[in-house]
Amino acid sequence: MNDAKKPAIMVEELTKHFGEFVAVDHVNFSVNEGEIFGWLGPNGAGKTTTIRMLLGLIKPTSGRMSVLGFDPAKETKTMQAQVGYMSQQFTLYNELTARENIRFYGRVYGLSPAALDQRQDELLQMAGLSGRANVLTGSLSGGWKQRLALGCAIVHRPQVVFLDEPTAGVDPISRREFWELIYDMAKQGVTILVTTHYMDEAELCQRVGFISAGKLVAMDSPARLKQTQMHGRVLEIGSPAPDRVMSVLKSAQQNGDMPLDEVALYGAQIHAVIPNSENYRDAIRQILETDGIPITSLEWIEPTLEDVFISAVSERPSL
Amino acid sequence: MSDFAISAKDLVKQFKSSNGGLTAIDNLSLQVKAGETYGLIGPDGAGKTTTIRVVLGLLTRTKGESSILGLDSMRDTYEIRERIGYIAQQFVLPADLTVMENMLFFAKIQGVASDQQKKRIPELLAFAGLTNFTGRLAGQLSGGMKKKLALACSLVHEPQVVLLDEPTLGVDPVSRREFWNLLGNLRVEKGLTVFVCTPYMDEAERCTRVGLMYAGKLIADDTPANIKKMVSGELLEIAPSDFVSARKLVASLSCVKELQTYGDKLHVFVDNGARCKSEVEAALASHGIQHEEIRQIEVRMEEAFISLIRQRIEINSREEK
Repeated sequence: MNDAKKPAIMVEELTKHFGEFVAVDHVNFSVNEGEIFGWLGPNGAGKTTTIRMLLGLIKPTSGRMSVLGFDPAKETKTMQAQVGYMSQQFTLYNELTARENIRFYGRVYGLSPAALDQRQDELLQMAGLSGRANVLTGSLSGGWKQRLALGCAIVHRPQVVFLDEPTAGVDPISRREFWELIYDMAKQGVTILVTTHYMDEAELCQRVGFISAGKLVAMDSPARLKQTQMHGRVLEIGSPAPDRVMSVLKSAQQNGDMPLDEVALYGAQIHAVIPNSENYRDAIRQILETDGIPITSLEWIEPTLEDVFISAVSERPSL
Repeated sequence: MSDFAISAKDLVKQFKSSNGGLTAIDNLSLQVKAGETYGLIGPDGAGKTTTIRVVLGLLTRTKGESSILGLDSMRDTYEIRERIGYIAQQFVLPADLTVMENMLFFAKIQGVASDQQKKRIPELLAFAGLTNFTGRLAGQLSGGMKKKLALACSLVHEPQVVLLDEPTLGVDPVSRREFWNLLGNLRVEKGLTVFVCTPYMDEAERCTRVGLMYAGKLIADDTPANIKKMVSGELLEIAPSDFVSARKLVASLSCVKELQTYGDKLHVFVDNGARCKSEVEAALASHGIQHEEIRQIEVRMEEAFISLIRQRIEINSREEK
C-alpha cells in the first residue's frame, strides 16, 4: 500500500477462539496513519471481536497486533490513553448537560480542569452543540447525541479512533454531518477504523475490508472492489408484469437452466445477477419472450458496494 | 369507505404538553393501493412512527380521516387488528420461547384455528428459512433471523396488509437483502400490501412508491425514479486535493445550485453538467487545486433525500422570519 506512511494499526494472523467457535480466523491487515478504514461484515462475522482485541479488552488466541506501535494485549494502559472508542451503545448521561458529559469523560481520561476548559469549547463547536451546551443530553435528538458521544470519545485527543456502528438508526442528513467530522479528524492525522451496515457510508472509506465467518475475504478501495470482487454482473429488467418475470426466472434458476446468482424485486424492476456475457442477456430476453412477457428495458447496471459485499461474502474463498 | 389498502385524508395529530404541544402529523393525505410496497422516509422526528400508529388506531387522531382496507382507524380497531400484520419499532420477540413456540404464541393471539396453524406455520418457517431452527430459543438467533421470525409471526393470520416500522434496524446488508427479497416474493406471490418506514435509502429504492415526510407533512409522494427526478439538474462528483478551499471556491460559482459533501468528495448539483464541469475545472486550476477527473453521476435516493429536505428547511426558516 502506501509506504510513505507507517501503519497506525497492524494485525498479523490474528485469531480468537471462544471454546470451539473461531470468531476471528488468521486475519491480516494494516491501517495507515490518517486513513479511514471500513471494517465490514455480516452480524457475527467477527468485527466487534477484532475491535475488542485491538482495544486490549480481550486477548487473542494467537497472532500479533500493534496499535501506534504498542501491543494492545501487553501495553494496554499506555495504548488506551491514545485511543478513542465509540460504539452503538455508547453511554451518555441523560441527566447531565452536553457540557457536563464532555467534562465527565475529560476527567475520566485525566485532563486537568484548565485543559478541559479549552477542550470542551472545541468539542462543543465541532459537534455543532455550542448553542446547546447547557441542554440536558436526554432531550437531544439522535444526531446530536451521536456527535456528542464522538466528542466524549475523543476528549483526550486520541491518535486512533475505533467506531463500532456509530450511526445506527440515524437519518441520512445527520449521518452525512457525522462523516464530515470523521473526515476532519482524518485530515488532522487521526486514524479511523469504522464498522457500518450502511453501504453508502462504506463507500466513504478510503479502504474497506470484508470479513465473513471470521475470515478476511476482500480488502481494497471501494472503487477497486467493484471492479475485482463482483461475481457476475447486475442486469436490470423492466416489465409491466414483474411478478411473471420473477416466477419465470426463479424457475429457470431452480431448474438450472440459467446460472442466476440472484433474482430479486427492486420496486418496479427486477435485478438479476448473471455471468458477464451478452449471451446470457440474450438468453434472458428469449426466456421471457417465449413466455410472452413484455419487456420494457434490459440494462446492465453498475453494481453497488452492497452487491459486491454480498457477492464477496457468499462466494469467495478467503485471502 | 375507500378502495385503498391504506388511506389518510387531511390527517392531523397533535400532542398536547405544558409548553404548547406539538403537531406531529400536519394535514397529511396519502393513499396506498393493494399490492403496493410503500416506503415512508424522513429525518428523525418527522412523524413517521406516529403516522403508522394513528393509521393502526394505536393513537387517536386529532382531525381528518384514516383507514386500512376501508376500515376506520378509530372505530374499527379490532377488525383492523385481525386483518393486518404489524412490526413495531425495536420490536422484540419473547427471547425465552423457541422459534416454534413464538409462531404458536402469535397464532393463538390472532385466533388462528389449529388445523390452519398446522398448515401455515411450516409454510411460513420454510419461507423465512427457519425450518431447521424451530427448536432454537428466539434470544439465540442472529439479528437477521430474529427479524425474519418477526415477519413470519406477523403473517401467521394471513393479513392482507403489513405495517413495518424500521424492521431491519441494526441488521447487516446480507440479512437486510434477504428480508427485502422475502417482501418482494410476498408481493408477487400473495399480493401483500407493505407499508414500511426505513432509515436505509437503498431500501427505499426497493419500494414501488415512496413518501418523504418532513415536520409532519408529506413533501413528496411518488415512485423512487420520479422522486430522484424532483432534484432538478445534474450531479457532478469532484475529488479535490485541497478539500476545504475547493468547497468554498466551488460553492461560490454561479453554475452551482447546491453542494453536498461526500467524504473527501464534493457532490454538486448544476443545471448543465458539461458546461459547469469546465467552469469548475477552470476555477480549481486558477487556484492551483488538483483534482481527479470530474464525473457526472446518477442521483441516488440518498442525495435526493438530503436535497429535498434541505430545500424544505430553508422554506420553513424563511416563513418563520
